[in-house]
Amino acid sequence: MTQDAASRWRPRVRERNAIGRGFAALTIVSTLLGIAVLVALLVDVFGDGGSQVDGHFLTSYPSRFPEDAGLRSALLGTLWLLVLTTIIAFPLGVGAAIYLEEYAPDTWLTRFIQLNIANLAGVPSVVYGLLGLGLFVRWFALGRSLLAGAMTMALLILPLIIVASREAIRAVPDSQREASYALGATKWQTVFRTVLPAAGGGILTGTILALARAIGETAPLITIGALTYIAFDPTGPMDLFTVLPIQIFNWVSLPQEGFSELAAGGIVILLIVLLLANSIALFVRFRLQRRFD
Amino acid sequence: MEAGTAGTRRPDVALDLSANDSASANGPVKPDVLVTENLKFWYGSMMALSGISLNIPQHEVMAIIGPSGCGKSTYLRCLNRMNDLISSARVEGRVIFDGKNIYARNVDAVQMRRRIGMVFQKPNPFPKSIYDNIAYGPKVNGYRGSMDDLVEHSLRQAALWDEVKDDLKKSGLELSGGQQQRLCIARALAVEPDVILMDEPCSALDPIATTRIEDLIRELRENYTIVIVTHNMQQAARVSDRTAFFMLDEDGAGSLVEVDETQRLFTTPSDQRTEDYITGRFG
Amino acid sequence: MVTKDLSRMLGARLTGRRPAAQDVNTTSGAPDAHSQFVPRRRRALIERGIHAVLFLCAAVSILTTAGIIFTLLGETLAFFRDVPIIDFLTGTRWTPLFVSQSFGVLPLVNGTLVVALVAVVVAVPIGLMSAIFLSEYAPARVRAAIKPILEVLAGIPTVVYGYFALLFVTPILRDIFPQTQVFNVLSAGIVMGFMILPMMASISEDALRVVPRSLREGAFALGATKFQVTVRVVVPAALSGILAAIILSVSRAIGETMIVAIAAGLQPKVGFDLLSSMETMTAYIVQVSLGDTPQDTIEYRTLFAVGTLLFLMTFVMNILSDWIVRRYREVYE
Ligand SMILES: Nc1ncnc2c1ncn2[C@@H]1O[C@H](COP(=O)(O)OP(=O)(O)OP(=O)(O)O)[C@@H](O)[C@H]1O
Ligand SMILES: [Mg+2]
Repeated sequence: MTQDAASRWRPRVRERNAIGRGFAALTIVSTLLGIAVLVALLVDVFGDGGSQVDGHFLTSYPSRFPEDAGLRSALLGTLWLLVLTTIIAFPLGVGAAIYLEEYAPDTWLTRFIQLNIANLAGVPSVVYGLLGLGLFVRWFALGRSLLAGAMTMALLILPLIIVASREAIRAVPDSQREASYALGATKWQTVFRTVLPAAGGGILTGTILALARAIGETAPLITIGALTYIAFDPTGPMDLFTVLPIQIFNWVSLPQEGFSELAAGGIVILLIVLLLANSIALFVRFRLQRRFD
Repeated sequence: MEAGTAGTRRPDVALDLSANDSASANGPVKPDVLVTENLKFWYGSMMALSGISLNIPQHEVMAIIGPSGCGKSTYLRCLNRMNDLISSARVEGRVIFDGKNIYARNVDAVQMRRRIGMVFQKPNPFPKSIYDNIAYGPKVNGYRGSMDDLVEHSLRQAALWDEVKDDLKKSGLELSGGQQQRLCIARALAVEPDVILMDEPCSALDPIATTRIEDLIRELRENYTIVIVTHNMQQAARVSDRTAFFMLDEDGAGSLVEVDETQRLFTTPSDQRTEDYITGRFG
Repeated sequence: MVTKDLSRMLGARLTGRRPAAQDVNTTSGAPDAHSQFVPRRRRALIERGIHAVLFLCAAVSILTTAGIIFTLLGETLAFFRDVPIIDFLTGTRWTPLFVSQSFGVLPLVNGTLVVALVAVVVAVPIGLMSAIFLSEYAPARVRAAIKPILEVLAGIPTVVYGYFALLFVTPILRDIFPQTQVFNVLSAGIVMGFMILPMMASISEDALRVVPRSLREGAFALGATKFQVTVRVVVPAALSGILAAIILSVSRAIGETMIVAIAAGLQPKVGFDLLSSMETMTAYIVQVSLGDTPQDTIEYRTLFAVGTLLFLMTFVMNILSDWIVRRYREVYE
């Protein structure tokens, strides 16, 4: 009977183990593939564009002649846009997060707002561009100004800021709030003086990462009609503007000799800016975490 | 089912019989299926088992009792190398099954686990149909016979067949807790193991479901060797032939205090600590 | 000690009282009784005002959605007054910028879906395998090292991917298949696949990691190999989460703009030739935006008609994947 039982099983353990090892190897290769692409991309970009980056490149306006062209107006445009976007998006995002975490009653309206924020995070960025075009550029008659661009970007990154801020606020232990209430503080005093300082690190980190996303966005700004050729410094929120990624896009699209290297140079600068933003976010997270732990 | 031929398949296990004194006192001598020799176990730097030597005779139910945290589960999981899955774990000593140390380098844990099945504390059916839950083990182990027959046979053995035979496509998760646990037992039986390890299999069940599982264990004893960890001393007394009592030693590592026929251990324990524990004086 | 002092000071500040260090016995009684406290009525008023302002902040998200819907819908409805919706949805010629105008959107949809398909074919298997590696095989330290790298991959601006597709991947493709056009779907699709790979991997990994350990142990105890445990128990148990990840990936691929605008070209056509140029819906929006299309023309309105279609497609997919994720959470909790 055992003989019979044994014949019904073909464990083939060696074969199964071999398949298992092959599969494990495949998962490793897949993971490495993603990393390899990242490396290839960085090597390619820095190889093509590293030599472009110099003082002249950073301080000159774009030009028809690749050897004269530079990033000055794009850099300034990105900076302006960043500041304006922050001014609009930060208070709105943090305010919404505070409302949802600390104030909102559990009603259908609250749930609708939450669902809505989740859905907005998945709307393609180019659709935000159409919103900005229809609403800010035409209806508010802001034209293709920095302000219209910043408002569009602010709406785009608002869901990111709200989600990150809510997480940070939720992480503040209730004991902190109770301690504040026990001292006779009102709700807002508790939020402003106790909860927000404790959640500050997370909120700031999330905001910086959201802004980093805004720095790299191209499509919505093209859609609202930001120009690709700007040969002057923007001086106010109503000025026309271009930004780094648009300048890069413009150079990539030019078939003439020399412009793709300029694009690569622009990418190098863009990546450095993003690296900077991420380092700051990391630093803030690290510093403030230590303070509140 | 496989009782008649076990001797020829594992001739060298008979050597260990001499170590089992208490067995010889009780009529016909049964060969030991699992023998642990000075088994030590660490989680990282914490020693959880400090040298356990225990023989588990064939076609008996061995109960393991002892206070919480004394290493009962750890010991049980050493018997089918389940602790391999914990990265910080380290084992010393030997666990002999089928004449071979299962921790020897040339032994494949996968192959061994088919013959030493396990039932867990919380029922853990796969999120698949009842049929696929049972068929999973046979499939991964290259079963060649009729799968329908095997599924039915396993479910009958686990006393679940009559309750589910009309709806084998139903998800295993839709069964009651007691049914889920019997499904898990049926799943373990389907790969035709020699030994079944059970870690507090009734702790998540109500008294009625518990009674059913206990009846089942007594039936399964005819064909399988069962090692069951339990906190319930009445349960140990009800279902087991032999009981091992574990406790933490002075270094905080689990150790075996004594092992004896269940009846003897509960009536005339030879160790004072056992007596204290079973009379509820501590722990 | 220090905390006690601190909270006493805080208590004084919070109740609007001028600091009086000696007085330990603070507030809780009746604040109005002491003249140095801010009157209760004014405090309540301020509180209510703040509540309202914060609510407005949260309401901006609803206004955004409303804004998107009304801008898109307004222009789209105007568009459909000139072009029958049936012609738009079923026409196979898209030439709004030519003299002989034709408004069949299918070529753009075709281009969008073909690029998305290539991207998903790249991202899903590689992303899923990476997720399996990270969740099942990688030691904690390796995992901790690789996750940030994938995050970097996800954080690279899409215009950079576009550059990479056009100037790195396309030349390689042209070496392998000489008939490859400069602007082609394959290159854009492959690179887009790597762009969405981190998202695919990380959502799938989350889904795999929620699968209870007890299921894995149950399978191991039956004599399954790690491969069999992973492929036959863990992955099926995580299937709905993985499905949600795939749908989200498709949605991302459909909405992605810069890679296709740079590398896939501007030729609206129906077909499946991966080595040739095709125009996607998003690339069309960029193309029109770059030109100087005057407002209130039919060309201008095509932007919004195409945008509406794009919005609806991604919206349905996002809702679907959200629904799957939520259903799937219920199973384990
Ligand atoms: N995965 C693990 N990692 C580290 N330590 C563990 C692990 N599992 C168990 N331990 C520790 O090992 C010791 C023995 O645990 P074990 O689970 O074997 O006890 P037990 O006798 O089964 O207890 P109980 O009756 O409560 O189930 C305990 O101190 C426990 O904290
Ligand atoms: Mg236990």
